[in-house]
Amino acid sequence: MNELLDILQELHPEIDFETHEALIDKKVLDSFDIVTLISEINNEFDVAIPAEEIIPDNFNSAKALWALVQRLLDEE
Amino acid sequence: MLFTSYEFLFFVLITCVLYYIIPKKWQWMLLLLASYVFYFLAGASFLPYIFVTTVSTYLVARKITSLQQSTSLYVKEHKEELSREEKKEYKAKAKKKQWHWLLFCLLFNLGILAVVKYTNFAISNVNAVLTVFGSKTTLSFVDLVLPLGISFYTFQSMGYIIDVYRGKYEAEKNPLRFALFVSFFPQLVQGPISRFDDLAQSLYKEHAFEFAKISLGLQRVLWGYFKKMVIADRMLIAVNELIQNPDQYKGAYVFAGMLFYALELYADFTGGIDITIGIAEILGIRVTENFHRPYFSKNIKEYWNRWHMTMGSWFTDYIFYPISVCQPMLKFSRFSRAHFGEFIGKRMPVYLSSFVVWFTTGIWHGASWNFIVWGLGNFVVIMISQELEPLYRRFHEKFPKAEGAFAFKVFRVVRTILLMSSLRMFDCYRNVPLTFRMFGSMFTTWNWKVIFDGSMLKLGLDAKDYIILFAGMLLMLTVSLIQRSGSVRGKIRTLSVPVRTILWYGLFLVVLLFGAYGVGYDASQFIYNQF
Repeated sequence: MNELLDILQELHPEIDFETHEALIDKKVLDSFDIVTLISEINNEFDVAIPAEEIIPDNFNSAKALWALVQRLLDEE
Repeated sequence: MLFTSYEFLFFVLITCVLYYIIPKKWQWMLLLLASYVFYFLAGASFLPYIFVTTVSTYLVARKITSLQQSTSLYVKEHKEELSREEKKEYKAKAKKKQWHWLLFCLLFNLGILAVVKYTNFAISNVNAVLTVFGSKTTLSFVDLVLPLGISFYTFQSMGYIIDVYRGKYEAEKNPLRFALFVSFFPQLVQGPISRFDDLAQSLYKEHAFEFAKISLGLQRVLWGYFKKMVIADRMLIAVNELIQNPDQYKGAYVFAGMLFYALELYADFTGGIDITIGIAEILGIRVTENFHRPYFSKNIKEYWNRWHMTMGSWFTDYIFYPISVCQPMLKFSRFSRAHFGEFIGKRMPVYLSSFVVWFTTGIWHGASWNFIVWGLGNFVVIMISQELEPLYRRFHEKFPKAEGAFAFKVFRVVRTILLMSSLRMFDCYRNVPLTFRMFGSMFTTWNWKVIFDGSMLKLGLDAKDYIILFAGMLLMLTVSLIQRSGSVRGKIRTLSVPVRTILWYGLFLVVLLFGAYGVGYDASQFIYNQF
């Protein structure tokens, strides 16, 4: 989780990702951020997030994103 | 049958009356019939195209859903016997089959779109290459029908099939209901590009006659006609004069034309969408909004999240994301990180996918280099603004008060409008070199006095027209400002009956009296109809 928080923090240093619950709904993350994030996650955790998983529920908080990464790692 | 024709108004009136007098369970069937009659009246030769797209998408979507269901059933029934790897392998094989069906459907339907829309563009490019190499033979152009709204209904159908493939929802079982989703007449010719899960239930539901909803719908339609007929069609007269005579109108004229076109396009497209959404509201159907006060955007990226939103989100969901997060792209990103460093590797997915998206967006708007260059122009500006973001961040850290300052907000809005308007010049002029020349003339031909010396009154518009345009623009601006705190129609409803009656009848009279009619006037087609 800490590695993920570091990646997020690098994208938007001004946001508290540990508590934010509406990263997509409040438009904190845009499509460029999401793609950069997925590329970074792929680089860091060696897991590919497919396009169909790019839905607000999976990206609204660091916690939800971490759960997605864990689920995809489990499925591999 | 144009939205601005009497035939269309009569057609909508008949459809709405029938809609509310027939049994409610038949309402959606009436809409399907009305949609096909509308399309038939637009051009009988268009019908086979929409029919083929509807049937092929329906059948393939059903096939994909049935494959998905049989896969889940098989895995469920053999839960105990199959190992984790075997289950995974079985699912992967099934997914591959679904992928083949999806690919077939995409290639088939986008292929139809490509053939009817881009064949002559391809031929003209081949001929240009042949001429460069000294060949005297050229290919002849082919006479193909370009069905009205094909770009819109094809994209809407392809979005649906991709969603079914992704498992977002199951394929619609009833082919006629699906046909209505593809052909729903108010949005058939210029969007919005709806998603099945947003529109379908509202389309098929039974709708009772509700005076309040119908009145709100009529108000929205009226506002749309005001924008289209009072502003856009009036502005069009000057825009046409300016862009069709580029040798005569340079320098300040180009600047004026650029802003005139920005106003015309906004009033034309948002007006058309107001009419679409308003008619849907009269029928009790909720259609997705397509604009969110785009000219108030602080930068181009935000502008594209607020202008033609359904198209933007379509490109994001079905082109940008799939390309940027696909395995080859992620591998390429890793390769780039290893060979060219973090800075480039990190940016590769965003840059390459954005390039494809903007190239496609450009060519979607029209089969010409003008639109391709326009699309790529947007790409360049967005990427530059993306790269400048750390600089902006530092600026705001240093000057924290700037963000909230009114002057700074105005500066950003004006900057966005000027940037977007400059790029839109590619929509206007005959070809790309001419557009660049005309853009350059703003800086080389110093004739700014023409703005004030009466020359603007020789473009087909007189002082009265400019006053109407100015007042109309102020009204649109006021409405947009009020919208920031909620629905304008909702606020008007809270006013006393006489006041709101005066407001709506006043607007109706304005459309009747100041709609750009005149001798020999023929209400022009909506700009986005041709896309």
